[in-house]
Formats: sequence, C-alpha cells, structure tokens
Amino acid sequence: MTALAALIRRDIRIALRVGGGALIGVLFFLTVTVLMPFAIGPDLALLTRLGPAILWLGALLASLLTLDRLFTADHEDGSLDLIVMGRAPLELACAAKALAHWLAAGLPLIAATPVLGLMLNLDATATSAVALTLLVGTPALTFTGMIGAALAVTLHRGGLLLAVLVLPLSIPVLIFGVAASQAAITGPLSFGTPFSILCAISLVSFVIGPFAAAASLRHGLD
Amino acid sequence: MTLIDLANPTKFLSLTARVLPWLAGATAILLLVGFYQAAMAPDDYQHGAVVKIMFIHVPNAWLSMFVWSVMSLAALGTLVWRHPLADVAAKAAAPIGAAFTFLALVTGSLWGRPMWGTYWQWDARLTSVLILFLMYLGLMALWRAVDDPSRAARAAAVLTLVGALNLPIIKFSVDWWNTLHQPASVLRMGGPTLDRAFLIPLLVMALGFSLLFVTLHLAAMRNEILRRRVRSLQMMQASQQAA
Amino acid sequence: MTMLGPYASFIVTSYALVAAVVLILIGWIAIDYRQQRERLRELEASGVTRRSGRQATDIR
Repeated sequence: MTALAALIRRDIRIALRVGGGALIGVLFFLTVTVLMPFAIGPDLALLTRLGPAILWLGALLASLLTLDRLFTADHEDGSLDLIVMGRAPLELACAAKALAHWLAAGLPLIAATPVLGLMLNLDATATSAVALTLLVGTPALTFTGMIGAALAVTLHRGGLLLAVLVLPLSIPVLIFGVAASQAAITGPLSFGTPFSILCAISLVSFVIGPFAAAASLRHGLD
Repeated sequence: MTLIDLANPTKFLSLTARVLPWLAGATAILLLVGFYQAAMAPDDYQHGAVVKIMFIHVPNAWLSMFVWSVMSLAALGTLVWRHPLADVAAKAAAPIGAAFTFLALVTGSLWGRPMWGTYWQWDARLTSVLILFLMYLGLMALWRAVDDPSRAARAAAVLTLVGALNLPIIKFSVDWWNTLHQPASVLRMGGPTLDRAFLIPLLVMALGFSLLFVTLHLAAMRNEILRRRVRSLQMMQASQQAA
Repeated sequence: MTMLGPYASFIVTSYALVAAVVLILIGWIAIDYRQQRERLRELEASGVTRRSGRQATDIR
C-alpha cells in the first residue's frame, strides 16, 4: 500500500511541477471553450442551450491531450520498467497512476467549470449539474484513456494514434454526461437515470482500464 | 486436424491450398442462388422494391459484428494461448471486417434515402455501425503503426478485447441517446417479423456472405504467413550481408 | 428493370457497390498473394534459405 501511495504522491508532484503539463490541460479547456462562441456566435440563448455539450467536449479533449504523457515520461526515464518489475501488482500500479493523473489533471478541469459556465450564461443549477457529471465522468475518461496511453507507449507512438483509439471508446461517457446535464437543466427526463448510468460506466471503466493497460504493458514492453 | 496441428504454418498452408477452391466455389454458387432469389422476391407492401437492399445490407451488418468476434477469439489466442496463427488471423480479418462494415453503412444509407428522404439519419443502428467502423479503422491504424508484427499483434489483441467489452455499452448508450433525440416520423427498418418469401433469400445470402468471409480470411491469412516469411528471409539476408 | 419501382437506381447502386467492394477485396488479396510469392522466389534465388532448409514458396 505504501508503494502505491508513494507512486500517487510522486505522480502528482511531477504533474504539478514545471514541465508537468497538468495545468496546461486546464488552459486548453479554457481556450477551447472560449473558441466556441467565435464559431457559433455570441448568442447567449444558444450558448446556454449548447453549454453543457461545449463544456463536456472541452473536458474530453483536454483529458485526452494530457493522457499522452501518462506513461511516456516514465518510459523515457526508465521508471516504467521499475513499476512493471515492482512487487505491487501492475494492475493496481496502473490504477494508482490513473488516479494520480485524474487528481492532477481532471480535478482542475472541474474546478474551472463554474467560471466557464458563467461565460456560457449557465445558471447555478446548470453549472453545478455539469460540474457534478464531470466529477463522475472524467475518471471514466482517464481510465479508458489509460488503455490507449499504455498501447501507445508500447508502440512508441502517441498523439493522433492515441486519440483515434480512445475517442470511440469514450462515446458512452459523453452521451450520458451531456444527457444528465441536459436533464438537470431542461428536463423532461429525471437527472437520476442518466446520472446513475454514468456512474455505472465509470465503475466499469475502473475495472477494465487497469487490467487492459496492465496487460498491454506486460505484453508490450520488452 | 486439430487446432494444435494448425499451429504449424506449413500445415495450415497446405490445408488452405486444398480447401480454398472448394470454399470459393461454394461461395460463388450460394451468392448466385441468393442473388437470383433476391431478384425474384416479392415487393414489400411498405418498402416496395427497396426491400431488396435488405438482402445485402443485413448480411453485411451481421458480418461486421461477426468479424469483430472472430478477431476477439484470435486476440484471446494471442494473449492466452500464444497460438502462432492467432496473430495472423487477427491481422487478416481487420481489413475484411472494415470492408463489410463500410458496405453495411453505405447500403443502409442507400436504403434510408428513399425511406427517410435523407442519406444519413442519426438512427441508432446506423450510428452504432458507424462507431464500429471507426473502431475497425483505429485497429487497422494500430496494425500499421508498428513494423514488428508480434508486438503489434499483442497491442491489437488488447484493443480488440477492450472493444469487444465496450461494444455492448456503446450499443446501449447509442440506443438510449437515440430514443432521447427521436426524430419525427422515422420508418423503422426491418419491421416486425419477416415473411418466408424474404427470410429464405436472406438466409441464403447471409450464408453466402459468411462463406465469402471465410474464403477471403483464409486467403488473407495465407498472404500474411508468406509476408512474414519474406520478412524473416529479408532479415536473414541483411544479417548475412552485415557479417 | 421496370419491376424495381421508382427507386431502381438506389437498389442497383447498392448491389453494384457491394459487388465492386468485394471484387476489390478479392483482387487485392490475389495481387498480394502473387507479390509475396514473387518476392519469396527472388529471395531464394539470391541464395537466402530458411532455417528449416525447406523451400519458402513450397506450401504443400
């Protein structure tokens, strides 16, 4: 347990340090959201209607962008080999790394949501609904994206390949995240149904993600 | 001939050489019979003659999912049993599956134009098949991204299995999303139950297309084995020249 | 072709498209087979042999 805690602490520290890239994700999220009104016009009514979708797309792209570094940095300096050889089960180590990554890169996105919601003319309930769905949904994005990151690092390819592999898998999260936020704002559906399905998808990804990432690291690194 | 015997590529090649002509012949006969029966089938009272597109759309849609399950079995073969032919089978299936998925999409869209008045409707089934197609393309991109075949095989096996686990979730969420955004007055495809006059040509066509897949898959696997031989011979040549 | 009704072009297009894609697949696989055999033959002619000593193009 201490090994995993140390791994989490180390990963968070690296991510928040200069060159870590976690905060660049937030900046990217901010930039994408600011770009949207330029594309669809400054009509506040329209922006309110599209708000949850814009925030969710921005968060999806931002978490994808930061995932690229999840394993590559460790692979470059050799610490990934130590993690693979270590006594802690690789599945748990992968889960710890994903958790650290979410704490460093995912939580800031949620913290930035109220500010961006204000700019998109979302009221307090809408913003809190979006923030809540992001809080539940972004871990699923990180854990499924980790599979892509593990594949990419074993193949020494990143960037676009990662996006192409991960984005189709994140469609369910996007659907239910946006649906739950919309339900909270406009109805007619209850917020609970899509939200609990979103929670279920997150839980499933907690299982599939670490196992698949560990499998691909085990089979791929040599 | 058990699965273990087939682990020897030379034995597999000799079996393929014996079986392929028969398979190709059976495929051609079945597809011709199916085509004839489809041409003779009566018009549907609702869809009119357009229902004839069903006889090629449904087999392709069924194969698009069947090929992914074949690849998932091959992926298990790669990761669990380290069967030497599993890598080859998985790699050879991907482009064929992508082609069938593409055909399912395009024929579905051509069927939709007269029925819906538009080529593309964000219909639940079409959308899920589109996502499946994207995943096939991603898998092919993964195969092409690495030059070492066994390394690529293991990565692709992981992705194939993750895809197989995720596909039901994706299907479910797209269905849910679609009922939420139900477009007005959509004529559902397929209809409730099929009359025998449609069912028999459809089954013949489905069997014919399945055999077509088996034939193409075996032939593509043979190519892949030969490609690996070329690769190993080239490596040997290079090392001989270096020495 | 009068029996195909007002949407004959859609039906014919979809059948033709399926035929075309299947033919392209068959053609691609056949050409690929020839190319690989040809390269194996060239490699063997240049004196590289398999570790088993058997002919690489021999698939019996």
